[in-house]
Amino acid sequence: MNPWPFVIAAYGIVVAGTLALVLASWFGMRSAEAAADASRTEP
Amino acid sequence: MHGFANPARFLRIARPLTPWLTLSGLVVTTAALLAGLFVTPPDYLQGETVRIMYVHVPTAWLGMAGWAGIAAAGAAQLIWRHPLAIVAGRAMAAPGALFTALALATGSIWGRPTWGTWWQWDGRLTSMLLLLFLYLGYIALAQGGEDRDRAGRIAAVFGLAGAINLPVIHYSVLWWRTLHQGPSITLGGSTIDPAILWPLPVAVLGFTLIFAGIVLMRMRADIARTRVEARLRRLAQP
Repeated sequence: MNPWPFVIAAYGIVVAGTLALVLASWFGMRSAEAAADASRTEP
Repeated sequence: MHGFANPARFLRIARPLTPWLTLSGLVVTTAALLAGLFVTPPDYLQGETVRIMYVHVPTAWLGMAGWAGIAAAGAAQLIWRHPLAIVAGRAMAAPGALFTALALATGSIWGRPTWGTWWQWDGRLTSMLLLLFLYLGYIALAQGGEDRDRAGRIAAVFGLAGAINLPVIHYSVLWWRTLHQGPSITLGGSTIDPAILWPLPVAVLGFTLIFAGIVLMRMRADIARTRVEARLRRLAQP
């Protein structure tokens, strides 16, 4: 059995999952903090 | 710890720390994974599949560490009424669930060429699957409904109760010796050859830094959303 498809699949899902979570958390934080700043400056 | 109870003080520390933790984690993790793929030799018994260890072990560690953090946050919330404790607990839930799911998936991928099966109702695998369900339950409870304080208290109790599963996961390979191997790394040393072992602690450190960065991002987002809600409530008052 060729081991490399298993190795690549394991690395692929971990790298993709981790990067997706980092990006989702980063953009979620930026948009929430921008909304908080906007609500503070609104009259 | 009570010095961080003030969200403004917490944010002063978290704002510069967030990018540093995340970027340093990404650099350290990339270096460790490249070393695990291209530098270390194959195992004499498992061959190239041993390289899955460099993603499987850190994700499993973070799945368990995430719940330990949720339990600690639950204790801080119930005992000291720490205002950031529920925020920290909620922030750790989604990354903890993701890394638990990734540990299960990579373990399954590793199991197919090594054990000849994708899944077995083995003590370690089953207790890790239970941990994933606990995370999903915690996420549902912590979101709560109208009464966020009550939802937070219930989630804190659930987080503490769920911590019972952590020693079960840890000792499962000793209590029920079925398919999953016993511990390779203990306080007394390691049975893994140093030529194969060295990128593993580097990968664990890198993924832990990324996890910490993600938790800070999610805490900051939660605090910002709470501020917007509080302002909207004030504006809605006659």
